[in-house]
Amino acid sequence: MGFLDALLGRSKPVKPDLDQLFGVPSAALTLEAAAGFRPTGLGSVCFAAVEGGAFAEVERQVRALLDADTPSGGVPVEASQDAYGYSWLLARHSPEQLPELVNDLHAVNSELEGNGFGPQLLCSLVGFRNEAGQPLALVYLYKRGAFYPFAPMPSGGEKRNSPLELQVRAMLGNDLRLEQDLSRWFPVWGAPGL
Amino acid sequence: MSTSGQHSRFAPDRGLTGRMVTTMFLIGLVYVGFTGLLIVLLRGAWPLIVLISGGLFVAQFWFSDKITERAMGAHEVTAEQYPQLHGTIDRLCALADMPKPRVAVAVNDMPNAFATGRKPEKSVVCVTTGLLRRLDPEELEGVLAHELSHVAHRDVAVMTIAGFLGVLAGAMTRIALYGGMMGGNRNSNDSNAAIAMIIIPLASMVVYALSFLLTRLLSRYRELAADRAAAQLTGRPSALASALTKVTGQIAAIPSKDLRQAQPYNAFYFAPALSARDAATQLFSTHPSLEQRLAQLAKISGELGH
Repeated sequence: MGFLDALLGRSKPVKPDLDQLFGVPSAALTLEAAAGFRPTGLGSVCFAAVEGGAFAEVERQVRALLDADTPSGGVPVEASQDAYGYSWLLARHSPEQLPELVNDLHAVNSELEGNGFGPQLLCSLVGFRNEAGQPLALVYLYKRGAFYPFAPMPSGGEKRNSPLELQVRAMLGNDLRLEQDLSRWFPVWGAPGL
Repeated sequence: MSTSGQHSRFAPDRGLTGRMVTTMFLIGLVYVGFTGLLIVLLRGAWPLIVLISGGLFVAQFWFSDKITERAMGAHEVTAEQYPQLHGTIDRLCALADMPKPRVAVAVNDMPNAFATGRKPEKSVVCVTTGLLRRLDPEELEGVLAHELSHVAHRDVAVMTIAGFLGVLAGAMTRIALYGGMMGGNRNSNDSNAAIAMIIIPLASMVVYALSFLLTRLLSRYRELAADRAAAQLTGRPSALASALTKVTGQIAAIPSKDLRQAQPYNAFYFAPALSARDAATQLFSTHPSLEQRLAQLAKISGELGH
């Protein structure tokens, strides 16, 4: 935010950066080769719901768009709300269909942005899992245009597997733009798609 | 992907910006006038006075986070202690693309929240336990977004600089009165010095009153701007409005001893501890009236509806 905007107290909503999401399939190959993590086929988008009819209408459009393939065997998206009041849309594909999953996520983004709700986008999640059942999510921060890994301990409880997260960061540096500021790696406990 | 032609759902409030600019200009004008007067009347002595009050000002500005935190009995809390509070701030910071401030809680049943710190990286957002107890998650989010907007707008810096004139004028009055008593015994033959001894306290008092009214006015505009930014960030002006009605309603019912205790920190608070009843009180108030704030939020809510 510029000096003048701060001085006049008119912070503007931050626009999202949507393009980096398409780097996920290549990162998935690296993750599998280097650490044995395979995509689960689950991906989700999180956004702050806006009050009023306009946003509800856009939300309906987005769901209709993603469910267009349901008659031909696709799985319908699941909508949910978390404890913080944010909305989540969860898309399911088979693990091999990672590019299709990313397309779905991107469709949500561009639909929201096209209707002027781009600033409401919070983050996107793509789920991975290894043989031992350790979940891992690549979380995409729209406002930063960067990813960070989030790996909750499989044993449950709100504990992060930080060594693994840092290992993944070192691994994916060439494939994705990663969030360098560790204080922005906020936990998304119990997020759909983990 | 192109973002050109994309429209924003939020219309800027040019009237509010204009009023704020005018107020800041007037404060600056009083500043310049007062400084000029001091230089003319005090000649050699003014650098010393400016130095002393400048030092006070820098200290107040530099340690604003620590000072306010300590005065309010706030202590920093971890994500393990207050997961919901931290989680909400995490998400708001990610939405607004700003660094996460430190999070503190004050054990106090008066429902309120404040933000302090001279720059976003050094800021603290504090809520009272009374606020956490009374608000729903969505209302709490609205209040926290309001506080984060204060951080983003650097309101502590703006209000400290705007308020410094009052501090300087107050200090001048005291120094001049004290100096007048001391100087009376020694050499009172310099007529210029005698005039200065009369004019400086008088001018200082006028400047103090003027800057007091102007900073309060500016503070009210900054509050409206923070409400507006919070509504844009969360997309839920009504949740913030509901939080406001809860918080201000509760404050009216609290005994006055606590209220007096809390008064010096009103400027950094989410809602003032004293409710303004009529136009005269409104003039001295750091916060706009509840009706005014609700009206603005209702307008934004209307804009979002279609």
